[in-house]
Formats: sequence, C-alpha cells, structure tokens
Amino acid sequence: MNKIIAKERLSEEVYKIVVHAPWIAKERKAGQFVIVQRDIDYGERIPLTIADADAQAGTITLIFQTVGESTHRLAELEKGDSIQAVLGPLGNPTHIEQFGWVVGVGGGIGAAPLYPIAQAMKQAGNRLTIILGARTKELLIMEEEMRAVADELILVTDDGSYGTKALVTEPLKTLCERSPAPDLVVAIGPPIMMKFCAATTKPFNVPTLASLNTIMIDGTGMCGGCRVTVGGNTKFVCVDGPEFDAHQVDWDNMLKRLSTYKNLEAQHHALYHEEACKLNAAIQEAEKHAGL
Amino acid sequence: MNSYYENKLTTNEEKALLDELLAKENLTPKDRMAIPVQEMPVQDPDARIHTMSEVALGYTKTQAQLEALRCLQCKTAPCIKGCPVNINIPAFIAKIAHDDIQGAAAIIRETNLLPAICGRVCPQEKQCQEPCTLGKSLKDVGKAVQIGRLERYVADRERAQGIIALPDIAPPTGKKVAIVGSGPAGLTVAADVRRNGHEVVVFEAFQKGGGVMVYGIPEFRLPKAIVQEEISKLEKMGVRFEYNTLIGKTRPLMALFDEDGFDAVFLGVGAGLPKFMNIPGENLVGVFSANEYLTRANLMRAWDTGRAATPLFPSKRVAVLGGGNVAMDAARMAKRLGAEEVHVVYRRTRDEMPARAEEVAHAFEEGILFDFLSNPIEILGNEAGMVTGLRLLRYSLGEPDASGRRSPVPIPGSEHDEIFDTVIVALGNESNPLLARTTPELAVDKHGHIIVDEEQRTSIEGVWAGGDIVLGAATVILAMGEGRRAAASINRFLAEH
Ligand SMILES: Cc1cc2nc3c(=O)[nH]c(=O)nc-3n(C[C@H](O)[C@H](O)[C@H](O)COP(=O)(O)OP(=O)(O)OC[C@H]3O[C@@H](n4cnc5c(N)ncnc54)[C@H](O)[C@@H]3O)c2cc1C
Ligand SMILES: Cc1cc2nc3c(=O)[nH]c(=O)nc-3n(C[C@H](O)[C@H](O)[C@H](O)COP(=O)(O)OP(=O)(O)OC[C@H]3O[C@@H](n4cnc5c(N)ncnc54)[C@H](O)[C@@H]3O)c2cc1C
Ligand code: SF4
Ligand code: SF4
Ligand code: FES
Repeated sequence: MNKIIAKERLSEEVYKIVVHAPWIAKERKAGQFVIVQRDIDYGERIPLTIADADAQAGTITLIFQTVGESTHRLAELEKGDSIQAVLGPLGNPTHIEQFGWVVGVGGGIGAAPLYPIAQAMKQAGNRLTIILGARTKELLIMEEEMRAVADELILVTDDGSYGTKALVTEPLKTLCERSPAPDLVVAIGPPIMMKFCAATTKPFNVPTLASLNTIMIDGTGMCGGCRVTVGGNTKFVCVDGPEFDAHQVDWDNMLKRLSTYKNLEAQHHALYHEEACKLNAAIQEAEKHAGL
Repeated sequence: MNSYYENKLTTNEEKALLDELLAKENLTPKDRMAIPVQEMPVQDPDARIHTMSEVALGYTKTQAQLEALRCLQCKTAPCIKGCPVNINIPAFIAKIAHDDIQGAAAIIRETNLLPAICGRVCPQEKQCQEPCTLGKSLKDVGKAVQIGRLERYVADRERAQGIIALPDIAPPTGKKVAIVGSGPAGLTVAADVRRNGHEVVVFEAFQKGGGVMVYGIPEFRLPKAIVQEEISKLEKMGVRFEYNTLIGKTRPLMALFDEDGFDAVFLGVGAGLPKFMNIPGENLVGVFSANEYLTRANLMRAWDTGRAATPLFPSKRVAVLGGGNVAMDAARMAKRLGAEEVHVVYRRTRDEMPARAEEVAHAFEEGILFDFLSNPIEILGNEAGMVTGLRLLRYSLGEPDASGRRSPVPIPGSEHDEIFDTVIVALGNESNPLLARTTPELAVDKHGHIIVDEEQRTSIEGVWAGGDIVLGAATVILAMGEGRRAAASINRFLAEH
C-alpha cells in the first residue's frame, strides 16, 4: 500500500501525485519508471515515469494524463488514499554524461518524464535546450520547472493558443540546422511525435533517444508484451529500455502494437463514463431526497 | 472422443468391489492387478470449456481406497526413486487403503510440502509412475498406480477436514533470511528455514505470491485458493511477505546484507523472457507470448470482463505454437475465453509432446485441434499490422536426436498458409537477466542460469539459488526439491555462523 501524500490537478487531463514509496525514492534514477496498480485483484498494471523523487521524505512524484479507464480511476484517488501496488524503479536509467549541447523535446505528458532527465543532464554540465509542445495551452505542463533548469526554453502549441503555433519538430529542425548541431536529442511524448522527431534529426545525424511507452504487464522481463523492433531485433522495453536509439526503432510497428486493445479500451472507457454518469445521477437523486 | 481412461465402474460396482476386497484377509498381487485403474472424475468437456473452475474433480473415498489397493507394496519400491523428493509412496498409499488420511498426510509431508499442488501438476507418468512395477507388469504406464491422484486426494481430504497442521518452529535464533521470489522454490525454502527458528522475509515482484502457480498455471488446472492457502500457512508460521518488491531494482541484492541485516539470501526468481522463433511477423498485433496471455487471464483476471480492467484480445481462430504444458494451458485458456477454433501447432507428434499426458488428453476432449508435424516459417499480417495467418511447413519424423526423441525433418515444397487471427508462442523461456545485470558478482552460465554447487550455493557467500533460474524451465517438484536442498544448506550455514 502506498499512500498519496499530495495531489494536484495540472490541467483538465493531467494530474500530479506525490506517493509514499521510500525504497523507490532512494534507488530511482532519471529515466526510470514504476508500475502502478490501484486495485490488486482487478486493476490494470500501468507504467508511469518517476517525474521526481525526494529520498529524504521517501516520496516519488508521478504525473499522468487521464487517457483510459485505469488512469481515470487513478485520478479519483485523493490525498490520504492509498494505491495498492507500486513496483519500481523499473527500466534502465538514462545514460547521463557531458555530451555538450543537449536538446530535450517533451510532447504533452512527455514533459513529465523529460524533467528528471533534463535535471540530470544539466547537472552533468550540459548546455540544455528544452522544447515543450502540446495540443493546446491547457495541456502544456512543467513550464516553470523546465524554465528553471533549461538554458533555452521553446514553447509551441498545435493551435497557437500559447507560445508559437507549431509542432515540436519545427523548432527541432531549426536547432539541428545550427552549427554546431546538438550533440544529443532526447524526445519523449506520444509515439507519433517521437517518430517524427526521429525523422527530423536523422538527416542531420544527430544522435536521438526516445523513451518508449509500450503496453506492459509485469515490467520485469517475464511477459514479452512490451517488445518492440529496434534495428531489426526484438527488444523488451522494460528490461532493455525504456530508452532506445530513435533512428533504429520500428515506429510503425510500435504504433500498431499500441493499438492492440484500442476497441476494447474505448468500450471500457465508455462503460466507465456511463457508470460515472449513473453514479452522479444517483447522488443527485439522494441529495434531492435528503433535501440538500 | 479420445478417452484417456478405461474400465469405468459405476459407483455401486466400485463400492461392491471395495467391500469384497476389504473382506479378504490377504490380497494377492493377482487380486490387486485385477482392480481397474480408477478414473478421475472430471467436468463434462462441453460444460467446462465455459468455466474457469477445476476440470479434475478428485477421487471419491471408494475410488481412492480401490486405487490404493492396486499398489503391490513392492519391497524395492522403484516409484520412490522416480519421485524427485523421494516420497515414501507405498507407505502413504497403504494408509489410504485403511482410510487413515492423517497418517498418509504425515508421511507425505516428511518430504513434500506442497502435495495438493504436486498431486495436480507433476508429470507423474515421467516421474513416480514411470518406473511403477504395476504399470510395467501391465505393459502400460497409464496403468501404473495413480500416485499423483492419491497424493492429491490425501491433501484435499486433509484440507476439507480443516486440519492445518503447522510444523513446530524452533525458538528464535536472531538470524534473518531473505527469500527472493515466491514460486515453489521460494515457498519451500521459507518453510524449511522458518522451522529452524530463523526470521524469514519473502520478497516478491508481483502483487501476489505463488509465482508461476498463480500467474501461469490456470485456475481450471490448479485452483488459486490452494496456493493461497499454502501462503497463509507460511504467514501463520511467521513468514513475512513483501510484495511489489523487485530485488535488484527496488533493493540491490547486496543491500539485503549490508543495510537490511540479512544473514542469508535465497534466489528463486524463476524463468524469464519468453522465447520467440525469430521468424518474420512475430511483432504483429495478435502475437502473444504464452506468459503474457496467461498472466492477463490468470493473475489480472482478464477473463472476468465485467470487473477486470486488464483487456483481452478478442480471438476467433487461435494458433498455439509448442507442445508443452504451457502450450496446453494457453490453448485451453483460449478456448475458455471464447475462441471458436484453437489449433496447437507442433513439429513432432503426440508421442513426443513434453506436456503432461493428462493435459493433452483433456485438451483433445475439449476440442482443441492438433496440427502435428508442422511448424510456422512466417506469421502473416495485413496492412494494419494484424495477424492474418501462418505460413507452415510440413515435417516428417527422422532419426532420434540427442534427447532420444525422433527429430522432425521438413518436407521440401510443403509450404501452405492457414488463417488465424491470434498466435500464442509457447516455446519456453530464456532466463531473467535482471539480477545478473544488477549484481555482477553473481556467476551465471551462458544461458543466464545462476551457477550453483551441490548445495545450491552461488558464487556469492551467503547467497543460494534454486528452481527455474538454475534449471531452466523445469517443474514445480524439481523447484521444490532444489529449495529443500538449499534450505538444509542455509540451516547448516546459519548454525555454524
Ligand atoms: C515506460 C512508460 C512510462 C510511462 N510514463 C507515463 C507518464 O509518466 N505519464 C503518463 O501519463 N503516461 C505514461 N505512460 C503511458 C501510460 O502507461 C498509459 O497512458 C496508461 O497505461 C494508459 O492506461 P489507461 O487504462 O488509462 O488507458 P487505456 O484505456 O489503456 O488506453 C487509452 C488510450 O491510450 C492508448 N494507450 C494505452 N496504453 C498506452 C501507452 N502505454 N502509451 C500511450 N498510449 C497508450 C490506447 O491506445 C488508448 O487509445 C508511460 C508508459 C510507459 C511504457
Ligand atoms: C503455463 C505454465 C504451466 C506449467 N505447468 C506445469 C505443470 O503442469 N507441472 C509442473 O511441474 N510444472 C509446470 N510448469 C513449470 C513450473 O511452474 C515451474 O517450473 C516452477 O513454477 C518454477 O518454480 P520457481 O520457484 O523456480 O519459480 P517461479 O514459479 O517462476 O516463481 C518465481 C517468482 O519470483 C518472482 N521474481 C522474479 N524476479 C524477482 C526479483 N528480482 N525480486 C522479487 N521477486 C522476483 C516472480 O515474480 C515469481 O513470482 C509450468 C509453467 C508454466 C509457465
Ligand atoms: S511429488 Fe510428484 S513425483 Fe513425487 S510422488 Fe508426488 S506426484 Fe509423484
Ligand atoms: S512401484 Fe508401484 S506398485 Fe510398487 S510400491 Fe510403488 S506404487 Fe506401489
Ligand atoms: S512488460 Fe513484460 S516483459 Fe516487459
């Protein structure tokens, strides 16, 4: 059981929770993730990146977007409630060294996992440029945190409601055109964004890392559900990753595999909303009867 | 229908036969050999493919006594040598004949801590029942004394009577032992070490204990309540379980000694990454490892679609690749999850299948189709990246290979395509790389299996290992046997240090 110490709603769909997990807080490194399960009997196991941690206080910070049933259910928990299972830290830490000039690209919720990497890269003495992108202003997160670590911060939104109206790949291309070009690009966000970041940096031969967010079950290298094709070989994201050379990843295959349960999840999602509506109606009914 | 059993008597005939036999002063071997093999009552195949509840229902008291009377009580008892933990088989069987359940249970428990489980899942026809004199005399291993079924009967009767015999526990020694992994190997070590008065903590990565017995082997073959009961028993003995803890990640292995004050550590972390065939199309949507498929269905309870959040892939035509227990479990699970047609694709024939004979028989009864002597060379897919079928090659059986099995030889020009929407790969596992990668001091062989000596000691002083991580994919009873050996060594070590 892991208690929620604090909870904050960062935007319409994005939540930040601080969870008591002393061992994980102590061991975790930038780039690692946990698997969270709200209910150990029927709950789904969902991977979430450790966005921050406080070893002293024994807490880790998770930032997540409500996309389907499990993330919605997680968002229902309040400060003081407990998550039944949190396993981690999983995956390999990001390889941190002084590369020179590092560009971090965070798309949507990807800004959260990018933050600890940005911090570590900065600490290692790199010059740091961060591009944060989102569909719309509402969904752009971590601006203040990133501003504090980055030497240069570029903000873009798809609809132009904040920062420049652009996709993240546009400023990324401009940076690659500078001389000298960036020494390393780290891209984290929706798979489609990472795919196009890889395509953008490829012609410039800029080494590019992507943190893959595949479907997972155990997260310990037992089930094979997280496998992806990298450089023509099968790799397991939970034990070989989550970061890979973005130019070697078979993005189309990964995108297709992510859609494995799409129809089912949509149904689940709809069911969930139906249930929530019924519950709300019932609450209103009860309140009416109670004369509230 | 393909029936595994013969000579079915009615209940009344069974009773009459038993009374007649019990009335005799002395049973001659001839009398005993004349008793028919007692069939295991099972759920009707048409009904059971719609439920997760256990297929084999267990012997009645009459059946168990009749089966027990079949045992010739051989002086040499070759059956004992066939059992990896050397249960005194004729002795416990003799107790059943006289309906002394506690007596039988006590004999079994001298060497086997998990009889309800082993009685259900041991490949008996290759272990205790293989050398049985009765089976040899009747020239059919299927007619050997049904030792596993009798063992299960004893354990189930004992449980039904609510007797939970907790072993005596020695006074506290002040020594602490960490067990990593709660599969059969880990649970066995926990029990044996705890009995000697040491403090025991079991660390388990998953949210529940039992290892493959809960996430791999399905409910319809091994009810989870049985495994849970074994874990509760350990808890009552004072063993502590720490779930959601991945040693090597959540805690480095060496920190268990340096920071947490453990005096000994046992590693029973089981097998690891599933093997694939390295043929084109293996990462298409609709290709699963059996581990993933079964974990979703068992541990995550995805079959309970109304309640479980974990989704299952909807399948109509399923191909399962492989011929072992894992393949049988995946195929029968797919059937229960609503697949219309399930094929097991296997390179050899039924005779060479490594699965337990009973599971193969049950799979046949449940309408699983077997495509023997064929093997895929490619998984076919469409533009959306979904599986559409298999490209297969036909085989014939050639000369026996190193394992003594006749090896399959592909027939040139025999390529043909079959339509499937789901492919489940059940070809075994590589070893889990996690501990070795995070603990360089731990010596492993080229397959990643932890290297141990005859006492299960690893290259690190104070660290023992056993079960699938040492043996490669093996069996519950072998994992348990290694656990017992390790526990004995740990107990000696702690007494000396
Ligand atoms: C290593 C790793 C780290 C991650 N870190 C974070 C994080 O820090 N914050 C965060 O919000 N999310 C993160 N994710 C993604 C997160 O795990 C998924 O969003 C979550 O599992 C969805 O669960 P759900 O039941 O709410 O949605 P579902 O109902 O399962 O899915 C809803 C929709 O999202 C899509 N989807 C499902 N799983 C994923 C996935 N893994 N990635 C992308 N889309 C998916 C589905 O196709 C579907 O359309 C991470 C994933 C991985 C593998
Ligand atoms: C589907 C299937 C069917 C089978 N059918 C049969 C059968 O009919 N008969 C039979 O005898 N055998 C069968 N087997 C094989 C048998 O289950 C195994 O040989 C046996 O379970 C191995 O036991 P173990 O204790 O070594 O490991 P496991 O049972 O694999 O348990 C290992 C445990 O360790 C945990 N773990 C792993 N790494 C760590 C870590 N770093 N920290 C903490 N915990 C960790 C895992 O989560 C797991 O719970 C079957 C196997 C499968 C997969
Ligand atoms: S433990 Fe297994 S091998 Fe030994 S007697 Fe029981 S069923 Fe046979
Ligand atoms: S070998 Fe068979 S018949 Fe002989 S004692 Fe063992 S079980 Fe009984
Ligand atoms: S999540 Fe199961 S192997 Fe990676």
